[in-house]
Amino acid sequence: MIAIVDYGAGNLKSVKNALDYLNVDSIITDDPKNIKKADRLILPGDGSFGYMIENLEKKDLVNPIKNFIKSGKPFLGICLGLQGLFEESEESPKVKGLSIFKGKVLKFRKGKVPQIGWNKIFPKQKNIFKEDFMYFVNSYYVVPKDNSITATITDYNGNFVSAIESNNITAMQFHPEKSGKAGIELLKRWLKC
Amino acid sequence: MLTKRIIPCLDVKNGQVVKGKSFVDLKYAGNPVKLARKYYEYGADELVFLDITASYEKRKIMIGLVEKVAKQIFIPFTVGGGISTIEDIRNLLKAGADKISINTAAINNPGLLKEAAEKFGSQCIVVAIDAKKIKNKWEVFVKGGRQATGFDAVEWAKKVQELGAGEILLTSMNKDGKKEGYDLELTRKISESVNIPIIASGGAGSLESIAKVFSEGKADAALAASIFHYKKYSIKQVKRYLQKKGIGVRI
Repeated sequence: MIAIVDYGAGNLKSVKNALDYLNVDSIITDDPKNIKKADRLILPGDGSFGYMIENLEKKDLVNPIKNFIKSGKPFLGICLGLQGLFEESEESPKVKGLSIFKGKVLKFRKGKVPQIGWNKIFPKQKNIFKEDFMYFVNSYYVVPKDNSITATITDYNGNFVSAIESNNITAMQFHPEKSGKAGIELLKRWLKC
Repeated sequence: MLTKRIIPCLDVKNGQVVKGKSFVDLKYAGNPVKLARKYYEYGADELVFLDITASYEKRKIMIGLVEKVAKQIFIPFTVGGGISTIEDIRNLLKAGADKISINTAAINNPGLLKEAAEKFGSQCIVVAIDAKKIKNKWEVFVKGGRQATGFDAVEWAKKVQELGAGEILLTSMNKDGKKEGYDLELTRKISESVNIPIIASGGAGSLESIAKVFSEGKADAALAASIFHYKKYSIKQVKRYLQKKGIGVRI
């Protein structure tokens, strides 16, 4: 069973729709027990950095998520679910992130903001990602302190980190559930790893 | 590099896709779920689904249709038409829509726009602006193009960005349904006045007209309906043409 974390925002249904399409059992949940017993965990995202962290705290989901990550079971972060793994964001300066990784989240300073549309991801190492177009909607991007976790980069008036990978953690700025066939194939590969 | 988007639009009336000229003279053009699926398969970058009569007939969008479409379409999907409350927006997002397009209600109640952007995030709030050229200015119209507002389209575009819109869906009422090309001047003016993406709509005709709305109109995305519904061009043909002209697209 895959648990999709419900923190009161975001289009969780589209992630579930994609998993349903792949015939994979999933549940949208804010119950720590479901998170603990899940085989895989997905932290999706829409809304703001502060809103997400505050709601995870309010619902007592911060520790269950951290414990799940520690357990070594596969974790997938999407969009804010990637950004929230870092220490801080320019979007919500007073809010401390989940701090799984060192680094921060910065705002795009060039071009139209948000970046909305299809952009190419370029894998930096051998991983589950392939060079392809993915769908992005973001005003902010992560800057990891440790470069070795960078899985893909993308150019939006300059290169930024569009996905990371570290042990059991895979997280991406784009939305695989909205990236057509390329996104569905990527989810399939994640489900196999 | 971010690519330019090609977005087929499904104007829906009574559960059927329709297409008219300058907002009147509607003709039936197919089943929305089938068409949505087909466009997804053929490489559409996004879809827009507008209940074009919902606003003035005060009908609510058919949630069921949205649910059906969302289950088969793994690209972003915007829903609009008669959306006037936070509850409407929540229900549509829950049904599987990725973005909500607001038109009449944004003019009547700008506070709704602000609240919606704060609650659900700017990324899912699209403001539709229907503009008609009157002398040297563009005036905003609402209620499916039936009511003038007195608002200047450029000023209104700046205002909706300030209120939290994530994108603008800009329709030229003079050009809509005529297949003579987009209103390049209007599109460029608005695209250069705001810092959020502009989806140009109204007038898609030749391949050249689509290339021009990107190169001269500075649009971020182009919406088209009849050229796709009536199979004048396929999405692939459009994208190949754009690529040849040096415009980045997802192929």
